[in-house]
This record gives sequence, C-alpha cells and structure tokens, in this order.
Amino acid sequence: MVNMDIPKSFLGYKRENGRAGTRNHVIILPVDDISNACAEAVSNNIKGTIALPHSYGRLQFGADLELHFRTMIGTGKNPNVAAVIVIGIEPKWTKRIVEAIAKTGKPVEGFSIEGVGDIDTIAKVSKKAQEFSMWASEKQREECPISDLWISVKCGESDTTSGLASNPTVGNLMDKLEPLGVHLCFGETSELTGAENVCAKRGKTREAQEKFMKTWNSYNDFILKEATNDLSESQPTAGNIAGGLTTIEEKAFGNFQKIGSREFIDVLEPAEEPSKGKGLYFMDTSSAAAECVTLQAAGGFNIHLFPTGQGNIIGNPIEPVIKLTANPLTAKTMSEHIDLDVSKILSREMNLDQAGDELIKATLKVANGRLTCAESLGHKEFVMTKLYRSA
Amino acid sequence: MAKTDIIIHDKKDNVGVIVVEKVIKGQDCDCWIMENDTSNNIKSEAEIPLGHKIALQDFKEGDTIIKYGHDIGKVVKSIKKGDHVHVHNVKTKKW
Repeated sequence: MVNMDIPKSFLGYKRENGRAGTRNHVIILPVDDISNACAEAVSNNIKGTIALPHSYGRLQFGADLELHFRTMIGTGKNPNVAAVIVIGIEPKWTKRIVEAIAKTGKPVEGFSIEGVGDIDTIAKVSKKAQEFSMWASEKQREECPISDLWISVKCGESDTTSGLASNPTVGNLMDKLEPLGVHLCFGETSELTGAENVCAKRGKTREAQEKFMKTWNSYNDFILKEATNDLSESQPTAGNIAGGLTTIEEKAFGNFQKIGSREFIDVLEPAEEPSKGKGLYFMDTSSAAAECVTLQAAGGFNIHLFPTGQGNIIGNPIEPVIKLTANPLTAKTMSEHIDLDVSKILSREMNLDQAGDELIKATLKVANGRLTCAESLGHKEFVMTKLYRSA
Repeated sequence: MAKTDIIIHDKKDNVGVIVVEKVIKGQDCDCWIMENDTSNNIKSEAEIPLGHKIALQDFKEGDTIIKYGHDIGKVVKSIKKGDHVHVHNVKTKKW
C-alpha cells in the first residue's frame, strides 16, 4: 500500500515559549461567574478579542479549586492564544492566574472589579484589550514542524459507525503522525468502561498501566456511588442507542479505536500539561464533549479531532474542533457540521488508510488556518469541570 | 465488489452491524468480516436500521454478545439468528 507523503510542516503562530499555535486569539478570561458581564462587554467593544464566560470560580476549595486554576491558567497558556486579559472580582486569584500565564512570555494583564465597578473596569480593560488585539493582528503565520501539532481527540453522539469507521480513521492518523513527533491525547474515562483492561495494557510502562487503572477505578467507584439506576439513561445516551449502540462496553470498544495501535506514555490529571515529551497521553476527563475538550485545550492541545455518529455539534473557543463522520445519513442531514465525510468506508469505496490520509489533509488545512465547521457556525463551548459542591 | 449490507469487526464476533439504510425481513444479506477480509451471507429475520446489530447465531438468556472480539454484554431475552440485537434483548454487565 502506497501512502501519501505526509507534509512535514504547517503554517502556525510561533509563541515566545517555543510552542506554536494554529490560531491567534486574544482572550478575555473571567476568573469567576460574576466577572462574565465585564469580560463580554470588553469583547463587544474591542474587535479581535473573545470572551470566555463560564459558570464557576467562587468558593471552590481543595482539588476542585486547583482544577479551576489549572483550567484557567492552561487556557491562557495555550499556544492558540496570543495574549490574555484576566478579569476577576478580587485581585488575589486574578493575580495568581496572571502570573502563571506570564511564564509563557506572552502579553497578559489582570484586572479586578471590586472597589471600581463594572463600568470603569470595562473602560480600563478595553484600552488594554485594544492594544493587545492590534498587537496580535500583526502576527504572521510561519512554517512550523508538524511536531508542533498537539492533537487531542474525543468522540461524541457516537453510534456503531463510529466504532466501524470514523474512530479507526482517527486511529490511523495517530499511527501515522505519532512517529513524526506530535503530542496526542485521548480521555473519556467513563467511556472506556468494559474496555478498561484492554486499554490499561496499552500503557507503555507498568507505571502508566497502574496509573490508568487507578484513575478508571476511581471514576467507576464515583459513578457506582452516585448512580440511581443502571445509568442506562446516560451511558449510552439516547442518541447512541438510536444509532444502534446497546451497552457501555460496546461504546467503549468503539471509542478505543481512536488510538489506533498506539501506547500511552502517561496519565494526566484533568487539564494537566504533558511533561514527558512527544507521544500519546491519556487524560482523566468526563465523557461530556465540551468539558472534555475544554480540559484538553487547557492541557495545551492546539487542534482537536472529533468523530461523531449521530451528529454532535460541539466547538471550542480556542482549540479548533474538526468533525468527521462515517454515518451517511448524518453526513447528509447535518453537512454544515461535518468537516470530513468518511462514510465511503462503510460502502467499501474507501479503506481506512485512505480515510486516514484524508483526515491528515483536513487537519493540516485547519492547522494552516481554514475555519472548521464549528468555528464558522460560532460554536465556542467553554465548560469548566467541577469535581464537587462549593463551600 | 459485491454490495455489503453488514460489517463484522472480528471473526470471533457473534453480531454484525447493518451499514445500509436498512435490511428488511427475509432479505439475503451480504456480510464482510473486516479482520480477515472474507465474506458470507445471512438471512435477516427482521427489519433492522443502519447502525443496528443482527444476530449471527441463536442466543439464549445469559449468553454473551461478542463484538470487536470482546464481551459487550449479556443476552436477557432469547434471540434467533438473523434477529435484531439491541437494548430490548441485551444489557450491560457493568453498572
């Protein structure tokens, strides 16, 4: 089988810390729910900026608070972000986030609202945001090695076509791109249930295998503790069942096809940045699409592949989300959401190797700047993962 | 290449997936086994839509459904070869 020559570079934005972005966003990041209004007012005032409103950031504590900080800081550090404005009600937490993002060398400034009020804060922040936006607009795309791609994957509204074709297409891409030095990430802890032992064996080291089982067991214990029934209303979802998926085990083995024949080198906490070099990582995440992609983006991943069966429509404000489907009905009825149609695998007019090549081409186009369907439709779901109740 | 109605992941699997819009009762269906690129046939005993599973053998209560070469759940109501396999006759062994 003759494969295509994989391009060795893409056009990205080189950042101060050596990473490269596929996008050049200036973000207005609220530390907490009550700073959303201010952040959104600034992004309305100043073109070329984007506000990332969310629902939390007050009275959180312990591991849940640490995750909140890790998500905020990681989002700001992501190489798809050129510059950051942080707005919080109080100065202390704002400062902690600003200082951590500043370590990347990118422009970042923090503001707090208490004692000033929304209106004067908006005026002050708008001036700084204008400066950042105009500065970032001068940045040019430059040739970057393909190893500067950090690719995360997550599937959604899966059906049996996901396990047959669209997830294995992602696996085929992983098998081809991992040797070129890219970083890769999969997650969805609960959705590996039934395939957990098979997945654990893909850990490259015994330590990685044990860490995976510990993470999966902890998630499974939590589900068993909180579940009021057999979870059949949630996993598989109604959409999954309509698409022919019967049990969580069947969904899990389909899901697992996304990593091809790769082995993972480490297990990451939610929103944790990988630190063991190139290769595949597993991140402990929820299987809810927006939560998972938000955590992966905060881990530093700069482009996302999202196979869907019945048609999940998720996007992310900073990490472009590329959708592929092998379901011919979804490709037809929801074409404005689908970046790549691989349904010809099912009719055997295309093989997995060809589909993997098509996905590599689509990924590089988006890395070079082509908008994804989700971006063009304005999907910017930024959803914080919350571990437990606030104090 | 013959038109494929059903794809089977692994030669150990006892269910296959419908990959055309639907198959109708009594239809002689063409199956393709991905793992070893071989083909066979099965007669459908029900109308089954795209993406849903067909039984490749008879099952009785308590039997295990194999897909991807792995255990994906237990039979809770007997199933005849060629019938629709889904949430009405198969349940998870987890949760």
